[in-house]
Amino acid sequence: ICNSISRPTGEGCRTVPLAGHVGFDSLPDQLVNKSVSQGFCFNILCVGETGLGKSTLMDTLFNTKFEGEPATHTQPGVQLRSNTYDLQESNVGLKLTIVSTVGFGDQINKEDSYKPIVEFIDAQFEAYLQEELKIRRVLHTYHDSRIHACLYFIAPTGHSLKSLDLVTMKKLDSKVNIIPIIAKSDAISKSELTKFKIKITSELVSNGVQIYQFPTDDESVAEINGTMNAHLPFAVIGSTEELKIGNKMMKARQYPWGTVQVENEAHCDFVKLREMLIRVNMEDLREQTHSRHYELYRRCKLEEMGFKDTDPDSKPFSLQETYEAKRNEFLGELQKKEEEMRQMFVQRVKEKEAELKEAEKELHEKFDRLKKLHQDEKKKLEDKKKSLDDEVNAFKQRKTAAELLQSQGSQAGGSQTLKRDKEKKK
Amino acid sequence: MDPLRQSPSPSSSRASSPRTFSCERLGYVGIEAVLDQLKIKAMKMGFEFNIMVVGQSGLGKSTMVNTLFKSKIWKSTMPGLRVPMPQTLQLHSVTHVIEENGVKLKLTVTDTPGFGDQINNDKCWDPILGYINEQYERYLQEEILITRQRHIPDTRVHCCVYFVPPTGHCLRPLDLEFLQRLCRAVNVVPVIARADSLTIEEREAFRHRIQDDLKTHSIEVYPQKSFDEDINDKILNSKIRERIPFAVVGADREHMVNGRCVLGRKTKWGIIEVENMAHCEFPLLRDLLIRSHLQDLKDITHNVHYENYRIIRLKESHALPRGPGWVNLAPTPPGPGKVCRWAEDDSDEDF
Repeated sequence: ICNSISRPTGEGCRTVPLAGHVGFDSLPDQLVNKSVSQGFCFNILCVGETGLGKSTLMDTLFNTKFEGEPATHTQPGVQLRSNTYDLQESNVGLKLTIVSTVGFGDQINKEDSYKPIVEFIDAQFEAYLQEELKIRRVLHTYHDSRIHACLYFIAPTGHSLKSLDLVTMKKLDSKVNIIPIIAKSDAISKSELTKFKIKITSELVSNGVQIYQFPTDDESVAEINGTMNAHLPFAVIGSTEELKIGNKMMKARQYPWGTVQVENEAHCDFVKLREMLIRVNMEDLREQTHSRHYELYRRCKLEEMGFKDTDPDSKPFSLQETYEAKRNEFLGELQKKEEEMRQMFVQRVKEKEAELKEAEKELHEKFDRLKKLHQDEKKKLEDKKKSLDDEVNAFKQRKTAAELLQSQGSQAGGSQTLKRDKEKKK
Repeated sequence: MDPLRQSPSPSSSRASSPRTFSCERLGYVGIEAVLDQLKIKAMKMGFEFNIMVVGQSGLGKSTMVNTLFKSKIWKSTMPGLRVPMPQTLQLHSVTHVIEENGVKLKLTVTDTPGFGDQINNDKCWDPILGYINEQYERYLQEEILITRQRHIPDTRVHCCVYFVPPTGHCLRPLDLEFLQRLCRAVNVVPVIARADSLTIEEREAFRHRIQDDLKTHSIEVYPQKSFDEDINDKILNSKIRERIPFAVVGADREHMVNGRCVLGRKTKWGIIEVENMAHCEFPLLRDLLIRSHLQDLKDITHNVHYENYRIIRLKESHALPRGPGWVNLAPTPPGPGKVCRWAEDDSDEDF
């Protein structure tokens, strides 16, 4: 059975009019219901020097008292502290993770201050990438820990950005959505604030730092986002204390010369921040993180590992194929190395064997020589012994012969002759 | 231990136990606005839905599709016209964009003329499985690119509507074979076609017999029991499961009944109203497919069927039926080819 598939080419599908109510306009609701049951994830990173009010601002933003003790200034290096909270509002569940830098800007040498932050952000991307590349994966229930928004706290000096700020923001702008905010802005007066904001914005632009721009492509939010973009960086004040002002309880900070209301737009930009961060653009922040920053990380990481999309013959490569090829290459190298080692080992063994054989041979020779010597000696001795025996025998013979003669002489009568013989003998 | 010293290593950054705070006590934050943001985004991007209709010719597949989406998706073929019977099984796809109240839906309908029409229908499900797998393959290839698109076009079949001929007895061997194979790869919704030839009692009996057949052969049709997430889903889906397969009638002509204009089939003995629950169960099918479970169909296709395909593909791709443009992703192991099995208990393997 052969099969032929006919498909329309390209995007030229026509729009067909409907003769009645079909009912798929409930699709967005279906989608939303699904998302509600799954819950949402939102991760904020707060970068800023110690004492700029990061934790207080988080408390104020989310109307809750998150636990945590204020940090000291004596940290030896920059660390990141992360906490996850489950927030519930009507039927929406939000898994909020707040990551704060601890000890940022406290060291004497701040050259490496940005490194732990960049490493942390990369580690979250890496974890997601690992999950995505697994063979058996559960992406739809995966707890997404990637940072969606980075609030950069600028100290309210009123002059300009510190070099630490510029360096850190430059390192972070391609990895995360940066929203710069001026912290503790009740320390700056209104006129100074405008100048400060202008100075900051121009410095960011001249240094090429890409901060997050609220999206203006959708008509429903284009207008409000457009105006808000002009107010960046937001000047915020955080406070969880409630004071009675007029006849309402409001969040505020009280000074002898007046009271600063957090939610008063004339006093600070807190409301704008909350509006932008949570009520209008939370979904866009998440999407930008996934489709821009994460994709960039993924692309760099995979290219680093040596994967390409097409090879010179323009045949599409697959990750698995390249991976297998690399693995085989690596295994081949390992094998080669193993072979080499084995060869070397065999060689050494041979050499040693040869050496030992040499030594053995020498020993044998020595033994032979010694043996020969010994035999020679022995022979000499035996010869000597033999000659000695011969002499002894000869002596004995003469002795017996002499005794015989003596006995004959004594019978013939003449001990003289005996004496003479004896003397002769002597 | 100094609480400040808890610098977590990045991978353990989600170590702290989540504390539940209820925002309502202290004031409104505005988190639920994210739902509206989601809706706006989804509507701007538009939706996609791919449906496949499978069944012998003459069971009213094209008419059913036209009735479901209330538009001339297809020219319904009438018997008797000089349309040559396809000699082989073909797959024919058509894509339309339909819009309702600002919601744009890109609908792709795949028809399978020639299914079950030959004398020897052995392996007639292979081209269909091949097509389904080819769509998964296309998505997978897009997904593993280094530089990939923001929105990968989704051509995967989200739902396969299987038309059972109204014999009134039980499922035929062809039906069983097909359903068994396809339920593992795609969401299948079986329907009793041309149900106007059965009386209500016959319908119920037929339905029960089919349900028994499905249970005996462990065929899990949509909505699958094993994917029910919580108790609400279970209750809702059990009600649906009791009525599967729906007995449907399709019609694209309108007639006057009691002063109202309704879609129906006119016969000598009466008019069968398509949208009347007393006459047929078409409204149930439409509600299931479009009004309540469309997103769920897409989700299960993406989270379950596609993932299963991906696992098999990355591990033992030689066992799958091949479509055109095949790229081997996994090394073929030495030895005889293994039977394509339901990859369930393999241990985790990292890339």
